[in-house]
Amino acid sequence: MVGNLTVFKGAVAINAYGAALRKFPAVLWGVRFGLLLSVGLHIWAYLALSVKSWSARPKGYRVTSYKEASLASRTMRWTGPILAAFIIFHLLHLTTGTVHPDFKEGDVYHNLVAGLSVMPVAVFYLVAMACLALHVFHGIWSLFQSLGFSQPRFDSFARRLATLFTIIVVGGFVLIPLAVLAGILKLQ
Amino acid sequence: MNLTLHIWRQKNRHAEGRFVTYEARGISPDMSFLEMLDVVNEGLILKGEEPIAFDHDCREGICGQCGVVVNGSPHGPRPATTTCQLHMRSFKDGDVLTLEPWRANAFPVIKDLIVDRGAFDRIIATGGFITAPTGNAPDGNAILVPKPAADRSMDAAACIGCGACVAACPNGSAMLFVAAKIAHLGYLPQGQPERDRRALAMVARMDEEGFGACTNHGECEAACPKEIPIEFIARMNRDYLKAALFSPAERSGPSDGA
Ligand code: SF4
Ligand code: FES
Repeated sequence: MVGNLTVFKGAVAINAYGAALRKFPAVLWGVRFGLLLSVGLHIWAYLALSVKSWSARPKGYRVTSYKEASLASRTMRWTGPILAAFIIFHLLHLTTGTVHPDFKEGDVYHNLVAGLSVMPVAVFYLVAMACLALHVFHGIWSLFQSLGFSQPRFDSFARRLATLFTIIVVGGFVLIPLAVLAGILKLQ
Repeated sequence: MNLTLHIWRQKNRHAEGRFVTYEARGISPDMSFLEMLDVVNEGLILKGEEPIAFDHDCREGICGQCGVVVNGSPHGPRPATTTCQLHMRSFKDGDVLTLEPWRANAFPVIKDLIVDRGAFDRIIATGGFITAPTGNAPDGNAILVPKPAADRSMDAAACIGCGACVAACPNGSAMLFVAAKIAHLGYLPQGQPERDRRALAMVARMDEEGFGACTNHGECEAACPKEIPIEFIARMNRDYLKAALFSPAERSGPSDGA
């Protein structure tokens, strides 16, 4: 996220950041492989958990009413796949350039601004970031709960940390498409 | 007051169930929810029909037998209240209520609104005990218990095993119940010798019984008539993690074969 934000320092800065990432291909592929492995495990856990939950309640209720379950907790099962689709799109869009209208290898700034100037694409980015906010917020809070840090449901350290982390990270990401839409980031 | 009830009727474990609509007439707001069902049942008996089967025993909120899902809320709309302690003044004249049994794979419906909660007993049997010397009664203060630990233990011990947590959980998970039982003994000095084995055995049994997995919605604590908090679930996870990492040998420890 911090790397992405170098776009606000101009084309030179973010292009340098892009080049730096590619300087050591071994490291880059190592990280990519690690991420891919994590995504695989994440999806496996998602499937295992879903199957377990569905088989635990083969017959549902006619009437349901939620009291504490949050929008974030109830949409985890949907925000996850949307984010997976987004990540694939994002890679095809700005890493490989496959679905980019005017992709210039190595010119990160140009690719980013030109790519996000397309309205539907920018909207998809914003929707995905909204999903990310919900997903990450519930994820971080759950992390504490599942690993056994006793916390009250509301107003706890874990809740505050989850909120803060979500605002900083998602806020940082979302600034970029917003800035392109607002015309703050322009093609040079 | 008069109410319309859509009630789940099911002859036995294997029969297909369905909703049947009943009218409850002339209900006093001071009646409990179960007394309201008693009135409906008396009407059914007079007409020669099969009364609605529902579970209950103490009717004072301490045994954990009763429990009906009322309009999607286990034990009805009032927080921290069992179905037997819920009064009809919590409803309005003319309300339409849907009454369903606890829904979980591990809680098969026996009849109408009654489910078989034997799975809870089997979980308790694998770890809900301590080892105590027999013989004369021990001296009153021979084992000192810090006040905060005693308080937390009592909070957990308030669980009456009603199963509303499972009924409320979107995943059909029994984590709140099991966590309460583990915390109840785990906070006390008497509960320490079996602490690791207890966590491993009870969690393993819970999984075998076919309960779902916790995804931290928090619906269980909202439905719990005894206000067991989900902090106990985090504590159970910690106990389990510690036992699994540092005393895996306890896994094969003797279980009393429930
Ligand atoms: S934890 Fe609460 S809801 Fe669950 S069985 Fe115990 S008393 Fe009932
Ligand atoms: S009948 Fe005993 S708790 Fe309701």
